[in-house]
Amino acid sequence: MSVLIFVENWDGKFKKLSFELVSYGAKLAEMLNTEAVALSIGNVINSELEKLGNFGAKKIISAVNNSINVFDSEVYTSIIAGFAKQEDAKVVVLSHNNTGKAIAPRLSVQLKAGLGSGVSKLPQRIDPFMVYKKVFSGNAFSNLTINTGIKILTLAQNSFELVETPNNSIINEISIDWNPSSVKTTVTEVQKQSGKILLTDADIVVSGGRGMKSSENWGPIVELADLLGAATACSRPVSDEGWRPHEEHTGQTGKIIAPNLYFAIGISGATQHLAGVSSSKFIVAINTDKDAPIFSAAQYGIIGDASKVLPKLVEAVKVVKGI
Amino acid sequence: MKILVCISNVPDTTTKVKFVDDKKKLDTAGIQWIINPWDELSLTRALELKDDTTNGVQSVTVAHVGLIGAEPTIRKALAIGADDAIRINADPSDAYFVAFQLAQVIKSEPYDIILCGIESSDFNGSAVGGMLAEFLGYPSVSSVSGVGIVDGKIIINREIDGGKEIVSVPMPVVAIVQKGIAKEPRIAAMRGIMMARTKPLRVIEPFEVESLTTVINFEMPTPRAACKFIDAENPRQLIELLQNEAKII
Ligand SMILES: Cc1cc2nc3c(=O)[nH]c(=O)nc-3n(C[C@H](O)[C@H](O)[C@H](O)COP(=O)(O)OP(=O)(O)OC[C@H]3O[C@@H](n4cnc5c(N)ncnc54)[C@H](O)[C@@H]3O)c2cc1C
Repeated sequence: MSVLIFVENWDGKFKKLSFELVSYGAKLAEMLNTEAVALSIGNVINSELEKLGNFGAKKIISAVNNSINVFDSEVYTSIIAGFAKQEDAKVVVLSHNNTGKAIAPRLSVQLKAGLGSGVSKLPQRIDPFMVYKKVFSGNAFSNLTINTGIKILTLAQNSFELVETPNNSIINEISIDWNPSSVKTTVTEVQKQSGKILLTDADIVVSGGRGMKSSENWGPIVELADLLGAATACSRPVSDEGWRPHEEHTGQTGKIIAPNLYFAIGISGATQHLAGVSSSKFIVAINTDKDAPIFSAAQYGIIGDASKVLPKLVEAVKVVKGI
Repeated sequence: MKILVCISNVPDTTTKVKFVDDKKKLDTAGIQWIINPWDELSLTRALELKDDTTNGVQSVTVAHVGLIGAEPTIRKALAIGADDAIRINADPSDAYFVAFQLAQVIKSEPYDIILCGIESSDFNGSAVGGMLAEFLGYPSVSSVSGVGIVDGKIIINREIDGGKEIVSVPMPVVAIVQKGIAKEPRIAAMRGIMMARTKPLRVIEPFEVESLTTVINFEMPTPRAACKFIDAENPRQLIELLQNEAKII
C-alpha cells in the first residue's frame, strides 16, 4: 500500500508547491498507516530528487526517458496509472495546477478512482474517506466522500504548510517506455517570459483595479511589488481595458491565487474578484469608498485615494528595508 | 466538421448561496441560473469558428446533463446561436456520472471538436472535460486559451506557467477551455430568441452508471475578523502591522 504523489518539475527543478504536495502526501500516508511514494517524470538530478525526502517521501521514483519533451495528458496519465498499480496506491495526490487539472480527471476514469479536486486540508475522516473542498467559487465548502478503493486528490496551491522530517528516502530510477508515435500532442511554438515572479507562485501580490484610473498610474504598484519581491496582478476590467496584460487578471474567470499577502488597490471586491483571491492569508485593501465590499474580506484597510496613499506606502517600505 | 459544447447550468456568479435540509442541499429559491461562464465563452468561440465559412464548421451543438429545470439555460444557448441541443435527463450527481453520460452520446454521434469549461462555477471540480476524453480515448488539451482552425486542422493555445504554447493535436479532441478563448460572451439577439423556440432540443434518457463521490453537506466559510483601519496619512503603521502582527513581510 502507498500514497503516490506526482511531483512535476520545471526544467529539472522543484518548487515550493512540490514540497507542499509531498508534505501533504506524507501526512496522509501517516493517517492511512502507509508510506509516501513520490513520482517524478523526466530528467531530474539526484540532489534535487533527494529534497523530496526532506518532506516525508520514503521512496522517490524517478521515471526517465530522454525523449520526453512535451506534456501530453494521455501519456502522463498512463505512466502515473502504471505506477499507481505497481505501488498499490490507495491515494494519488497531484497539484491543483494546470498540469494536475489536466491529468487528474483522466486518471480518475482510468483507475475508476473518485476525484476530490482542489482540497485544502487533510481528509476529515478516513472511513468513509471524506474531504473538504471549496464550492461555489469560495462562497461555500463541501464535505465530499470518495466511495472508491483508490482515491485521487488535487491539492490547492499554498494551502498546506511545509512539514520537514528527517530524510530517510531511497531513490529508484526507472527508465520508462516512451513511444514518440503514441504522443498525440505536438507543440509548435512556446512563448515564455522569464525572470518574472509567477503570479501563482508569489508569496505577496500587489493588485490594482479600475480605481487606479489608467495604465499610466501603475508605477507605484510595480515599485511596491519590486520592493516586496511580489508579483503584480489586476482585476478583470483592468486587463479588459488593456491597462495590464491578461496573465495578471485574477478572479473567478482569471487566475485563482492564494498568496500570504494580497494588496487590493482600487478594487471594489466583487464576488467574482474575491473568488480568485479569498484564500489569501491576509488581504490589505486601499479604497476611497469605506463601504466597498473589499473591506469585508480584508484584515487591514486604508480608506483613501490610491494616488496619494501609494507613494507614502512605498516610502514607508523603503524606510523599513533600509533603502 | 461538427463542434459540441458541453454546458453546465449554474447559479449566477453574484449569488449569495444558502443551504437547506440540514445544509445538505442548495437553497434554490430566488436563484438566477446561467450558462457556466467558461461554457458561454466556449460557445461564443465555436460560433465564431462557424461564422467564418472557410473553416468548414457545419454545426454547433450544445449538450447538458440535467433535469427539465435547466431547459431555459439550454434555450439561451440556442438563442445565442447553437444549432441544436441535447439534454440527458438526469440529476448530475458527480463529474464521473456526467462525463459518462456525455461519452455515451458522443459515441453514438461523433463530433470533431468537443469544448468543455475548465471548471463549473458551482462545484469547481475541473473534472468533466478530462474524464470525458478518457472515456472516449480521445486526446485532451487543458488550460486552453485559444482555438483556431487552419487548413482543416485544429490549432490550440495552451497556457503554461509563465507563458503559452501553441499545440496541435489530431481530431477528435476535447479542448478544456479557460479565459482568453473569446473576448466577451455573445449575447442573444431578439431574432435568436425567437428562433430558439423552434430549434431541436432532444431529450435522452440517462445511461446506467454509478457516481464515485457524494456530497455529504455544505459549510459556509468562516467569517474573517473585522478589518483594521489604518490612517491614510500614516501607511508606516500598516507596514509595522504586517511585520509584527501578521508577520508576513
Ligand atoms: C461571469 C463574470 C465573471 C467575472 N470574473 C471576474 C474576475 O475573474 N475577476 C475580476 O476582477 N472581475 C470579474 N468580473 C467582474 C466583476 O463583477 C467586477 O466588475 C470587477 O471585479 C470590478 O473590478 P474593479 O474592482 O477593478 O472595478 P470597480 O468595481 O469599478 O471598482 C473600483 C474601485 O476603486 C475604488 N476607487 C476609485 N477611485 C479610487 C482611488 N483614487 N483610490 C482608491 N480607490 C479608488 C472605488 O471605490 C471602487 O471600489 C466578472 C464578472 C462576471 C459577470
